[in-house]
Amino acid sequence: MANKAPGLPSLADLIAKVKSGEIFKEISKQITESQVWTSSFRHGYADTPRNRVLQIASNVWLHLHPVKMHRHALRIKFTWCMGGITFLLFLSTVVTGVILMFYYRPVGEYAYYDMKYLQYDVPFGMLMRNMHRWAAHAMVITVWLHMFRVFLTGSYKPPREFNWVIGVFLVTFTLLLSFTGYLLPWDQLAMWAVTVGTNMARATPFLGNEGPFAEYVGVTPRYDARSVLLGGSLVGPPALLRFYVLHCIFIPLVAGALMIVHFWRIRKDGGISGPL
Amino acid sequence: MAVAPKKKVEATPEKVHVWPYLVRLEFMCAILVILALTVWSIGIDAPLEEAANPTKTPNPSKAPWYFLGLQDILVYFDPWFAGVVAPVLIIVGLMLIPYLDVNPKGNGYYTYEERKLAIWVYCFGFLVLWIALIIMGVFLRGPGWNLFMPWQYWDPHKVVALTSVDLPYAFGVRTYNMAMFVGGVVICGYFAIGTGVYFFLERKAIKYVGFLRMFIKIQLYLIMIGIVIKIVLRLGFNIKYVWVTPWFNI
Repeated sequence: MANKAPGLPSLADLIAKVKSGEIFKEISKQITESQVWTSSFRHGYADTPRNRVLQIASNVWLHLHPVKMHRHALRIKFTWCMGGITFLLFLSTVVTGVILMFYYRPVGEYAYYDMKYLQYDVPFGMLMRNMHRWAAHAMVITVWLHMFRVFLTGSYKPPREFNWVIGVFLVTFTLLLSFTGYLLPWDQLAMWAVTVGTNMARATPFLGNEGPFAEYVGVTPRYDARSVLLGGSLVGPPALLRFYVLHCIFIPLVAGALMIVHFWRIRKDGGISGPL
Repeated sequence: MAVAPKKKVEATPEKVHVWPYLVRLEFMCAILVILALTVWSIGIDAPLEEAANPTKTPNPSKAPWYFLGLQDILVYFDPWFAGVVAPVLIIVGLMLIPYLDVNPKGNGYYTYEERKLAIWVYCFGFLVLWIALIIMGVFLRGPGWNLFMPWQYWDPHKVVALTSVDLPYAFGVRTYNMAMFVGGVVICGYFAIGTGVYFFLERKAIKYVGFLRMFIKIQLYLIMIGIVIKIVLRLGFNIKYVWVTPWFNI
């Protein structure tokens, strides 16, 4: 028989404490009553209904939420979480995108070498570029899934018709954001993918030089829908600059404004849809 | 005699506080997504090919993957439709959904039984005409935009005989003007008969759905079905165009 050292609890006691949850209470008590804790936090958080409401209503970042919501809207099986994930991925691309902007110049002579510099010389440059690109691709997928979920639950039905329309704009702008960003690496993949995409613009009826009825409008390869988009008759340095400005300034601003309306309307239209 | 309820109905409140119930969910979700994104970004590098070179066209030249469904439709339609009109119709059609679908059922919950047609149309458009064509465009389209199975070598010199003819030619029409007339009759007839049949079958619905709503709805349906018909005509019967005019071809 081994003698127990004084002050050491027996294993059985310990297991009993873990099972009853007693031990967690003891540990949290020891932490919250320590000198470090009490000197850092002036008072505790009382979990009262009033405080729960104030946590949302008096917090600038959280007050986009309602203070109360229907229980069913919490179910991931219902929401798939896809709208929120899309917004989170958008924020990730904003943060990583701003970092990339420090090192990238949208100039024909420099753009590709700035990419090389980012990848091989900038600390964490490759990681920032990867996160930016993969978040953008993931965002395209999640926004489609969000739209699919909203359709399957019939959430576009009254009174949410208008928010669905805003959502279709946001899907379009997500694709345009991704598409304008696709050109910026200024490599073969970028140039030719954007060439294929923007070549379509010259087939625009009336406004593209190869489109139906173009001869009645008088557009030319140097002056039609495609050349306005590219700032020239092929995907060259002016197109790079245009896509850069569209990608970093114009589309994020418009999409951001639409997101504000989109989130606002969710609440004004009665919160996340659910069975009546 | 009153019958006692078998199970006690629990009095769960309909509404819950967003803090903590939703916020903690969002927090957990955000951590998982950021973690996945970080691991993915550490593991797989974004592609960077050689510097852009306008004199060196790669074969195949592919648009970004999310547009490959549209690029694939280029096989069957001219660029003015596949690259401009079709995307505009998709965007406008999607925006019109809440105004065309007047079925009050299935608002805010999953149901197939109460809105079968709506679910079928959306799933067909999204999963088949959009997603399946993207998958085909990414993995099965090789040099010359020819179809290659995953186990086949992407031979840039693959020769595919272009034996397709226009629909009026297949009917035996040989003059240009007559072919234009026949093609126009086929296209306009398709839309006219399709619209007429729809209005006849749904004649009882006109009163409460509305004429304009039904008219726009059937045009969008007919365009969607028409795209499928054109794909089948091209792949199965080697038909290139149905209607050739001096201004546009369909």
